[in-house]
Amino acid sequence: MSAPPAPRPGLYYPKMPATWWLRRPAYLRFMLREVSSVFIAIFLAVLMVQVYRAGQGPEAYAAFLERLASPGWIAFHAVALGFALYHSVTWLKLTAVVQVVRLGEHQVPPRLVAAGAFAFWGILSLAILFAVLLRS
Amino acid sequence: MAEETITLEVTRYRPREDREPRAQAFTVPYRKDWVVLDALNHIKDRVDGTLTYRWSCRMGVCGSCGMMVNGVPKLTCAAFLRDYLPGPIRVEPLAYFPVIRDLVVDIEDFMGKLRRVMPWIIRRTEQPLTAGEYRQTPAQLEAYKQFSMCINCMLCYAACPVYGLSPLFIGPAAIALGYRYNLDSRDEGYHLRQPILAEAVGVWQCTFVGECSAVCPKGVDPAAAIQRSKVAGAKDWFLSILLPRGGRS
Amino acid sequence: MLQHDVLVIGGGGAGLRAAIAAAEESDRLSIGVLSKVYPMRSHTVSAEGGTAAVMRENDHLDFHAKDTIFGGDFLSDQDAVEVFVREAPAEVIQLEHWGCPWSRDPDGRVSVRPFGGMTVNRTLYAADKTGFHMLHALFQTSLKYEKIVRYDEWFATSLLVEDGKVCGVAALNLHDGQVSPVTAKAVIICTGGGGRVYPFTTNAAIKTGDGMALAYRAGVPLKDMEFVQYHPTGLPGTGILITEASRSEGGHLKNKDGYRYLQDYGLGPPTDKPVHRKMELGPRDILSRCHIQEYQKGRTFDGPYGHYVHLDLRHLGEKVIDKQLPFVRELTRNYVGIDPVHEPIPVRPVVHYMMGGISTDLDGATVLPGLYAAGETACVSINGANRLGSNSLTELLVFGARAGRAAARDALGRPPIRSNPLAQLAADERRRLNERFLRADGRERIAEIREEMQKAMEKGLGIYRDRATMQETCKTLRHLRERFAHVGLMDRDAVFNTELIAALELESLLHVAETIAHSALAREESRGAHTRTDFPKRDDTRFLKHSLATHTPDGPRIDYSPVTITRWPPEERKY
Ligand code: SF4
Ligand code: FES
Repeated sequence: MSAPPAPRPGLYYPKMPATWWLRRPAYLRFMLREVSSVFIAIFLAVLMVQVYRAGQGPEAYAAFLERLASPGWIAFHAVALGFALYHSVTWLKLTAVVQVVRLGEHQVPPRLVAAGAFAFWGILSLAILFAVLLRS
Repeated sequence: MAEETITLEVTRYRPREDREPRAQAFTVPYRKDWVVLDALNHIKDRVDGTLTYRWSCRMGVCGSCGMMVNGVPKLTCAAFLRDYLPGPIRVEPLAYFPVIRDLVVDIEDFMGKLRRVMPWIIRRTEQPLTAGEYRQTPAQLEAYKQFSMCINCMLCYAACPVYGLSPLFIGPAAIALGYRYNLDSRDEGYHLRQPILAEAVGVWQCTFVGECSAVCPKGVDPAAAIQRSKVAGAKDWFLSILLPRGGRS
Repeated sequence: MLQHDVLVIGGGGAGLRAAIAAAEESDRLSIGVLSKVYPMRSHTVSAEGGTAAVMRENDHLDFHAKDTIFGGDFLSDQDAVEVFVREAPAEVIQLEHWGCPWSRDPDGRVSVRPFGGMTVNRTLYAADKTGFHMLHALFQTSLKYEKIVRYDEWFATSLLVEDGKVCGVAALNLHDGQVSPVTAKAVIICTGGGGRVYPFTTNAAIKTGDGMALAYRAGVPLKDMEFVQYHPTGLPGTGILITEASRSEGGHLKNKDGYRYLQDYGLGPPTDKPVHRKMELGPRDILSRCHIQEYQKGRTFDGPYGHYVHLDLRHLGEKVIDKQLPFVRELTRNYVGIDPVHEPIPVRPVVHYMMGGISTDLDGATVLPGLYAAGETACVSINGANRLGSNSLTELLVFGARAGRAAARDALGRPPIRSNPLAQLAADERRRLNERFLRADGRERIAEIREEMQKAMEKGLGIYRDRATMQETCKTLRHLRERFAHVGLMDRDAVFNTELIAALELESLLHVAETIAHSALAREESRGAHTRTDFPKRDDTRFLKHSLATHTPDGPRIDYSPVTITRWPPEERKY
């Protein structure tokens, strides 16, 4: 990687304010998407602990579930779910941009591709939901 | 009847005298069919001949007249005063670029990046002109056409915080242009160009803010070019691991 | 000292083609491209409809030559036209090899469309952004050549001439305001036309005839300057071009009664599908005159920007418009709020192109050794008294390349340039700019002089001309030249002084305007785009010749030179 170009005299180099991401709604949405990964990471860590506890036997698992039932954790999971949904939506939209689908000479408009992806996502989620509900 | 007017707050910066840019307000006649550029020309011709900015075609195709209008990168020859009523309208130089004077920014950095992505047809063997054109079907043309529509106006750079934070980033328009040649059925330079796009300062710097495509006046969608180059790069990488000697040449 | 073997002034289509041609001619050459704007801002970018070359079996070089000569009302030099049509196909294919995204037929060949005044489909195109794609393909290809050194945003203020030979230019770097000599063994001027002498033009702001004035002031004559092309379809107010391709795709011109009026002027019969050289596919000079006559009959619309007619594309349907004319739709939607799919477009004639320019031979060489010119700025001449649509993009390729190669060979044969006297010449130029503009305190405003010049030109040198009004314009121009001597700048800064550039451009414009006016006054006939109400007929006995305007302190002197006729003797021009 080369060094940044040396500033040239006479030019004014604008500085990036620390609050740049507040300047435009799109930047804010972007920042939220970035932040969402933190929540998802925490959620995954919790999930790992959950699996570990389950392996330690029913008592340890029950105690763990008890702790998760606290209002703080419930709130966290609500927020994490929100972020997960937000992240998924933006991710699926992005997939539509990245994946070019062609029909003959013309490209299928990304909106249609996105709609397809969302439909697929919805069906998959429902299927999982059914599977879980049926077993319990 | 008093003439209708509108106020423009224009950034001024004189390199020899000023430490920082400052805003100057000008009140100009309001005309329904005037664009911001018309208002600037009015100021230059009749009020203050020192106002400095670039323009030429006044029909949105030469790419000279990009500025920030109320904080959003715009071609000023296509930004109508009537869409900013009642004003005032803030007119600033394109964001993230060094300012030479008033509304004129330095684009040398961009010009260098343009060259780095090798935006020309690369062939292993040239077909002689007497053999005629390379055949290209309408579908093959359609595959890259959108990415060949870039007018180098650099609005996308002024919308890209990644470029603002790390000026080495090759950036939306240049990547889109490199990608355009990679997609061209006549080109055989993918193996030379893709490594440049996939460099540390290339496509992977992009965190998909997506604003470049939102502000692009020509529907180029550089964000798509960047994301698709990432996919191509990732595919190359996997292939190189799976089939060390095969993959894409 | 900045030194090159070949220096190209102007980075548009012709300039870039010339630079690449010179670079390919020999590895030993260093090439400079000096332009007042970044190359991709050049006005080639605005060309829309297409570029002509014989591409198909049903066509023939002689057909293209004949159409061009006929369209030019027999003022074209026929040897030049023959070279032009012969080299055109290879040039457009070369551009294809360089990546230009030409529109294609289903079998993968480049498509061709009909165009005004042409007898066969031979106009290649990239939808309706042909010039844009050509310019960017040329520019991007030029980046491949490391020998091509660019001076972006430098303004050439004068030619440096020593011992009767061109040795480079004095040029102002906008970024720091310094005037430096840039030397070269051969200089090629490719700075485009000067449509900005008129108030209402399709031309971009940068088209101020700088290169023409550069050569003119150095004593090189400007040829056939009286021939200024009005394009029949520009948007009222802005003058934005609505491409001729909209008519070759089948668009109709209608007056305020919805009547296709061109049939009243010998261009009929009206047909639904476009027919070569008939109706809307007639040549531009004739279509522009028809518009004025319709206006005089009271059959045009009246709007805030004067009279206009309708260009109706509705019957083409959304599909064709989006595929073949997307830029027309974009422009009309943005600038007049009209969607051509549903509404007709208001259009009127607008100044578009200058057939005249720096007089050159077939290799772009001028009478001044070492000086070449190509593109709109030059007059070879293939366009004669009226250019056919889609010949100009081809012209800049063919003659840009020829000039590039010739200049390269010329440079290879010349000894190195001695720099001392040139540094002195450049210092003189620096002093001139300082005294004339930066340190002078005149009271005249640039914009005022410019506007008065434009008004005078529109009045005297419009579509129809006569002696009395032209004389008046000549007088006004002379007066404006005197006023220009007292021009005062508000901007005294060195860095990016665009007001200084505007003053230099105005200087060029005034020169170009005078050559147009005086050449036109002297030509007492009507031919092609030059129509005189007091001399309504073409007069081959007196005026089958080129006019040459040469600079003198009292304004242009007009001389004549013969037209080269090879195989197509003049005949009556009737469509
Ligand atoms: S991609 Fe769009 S916004 Fe960016 S430079 Fe090109 S035309 Fe301008
Ligand atoms: S002036 Fe050319 S894009 Fe605005």
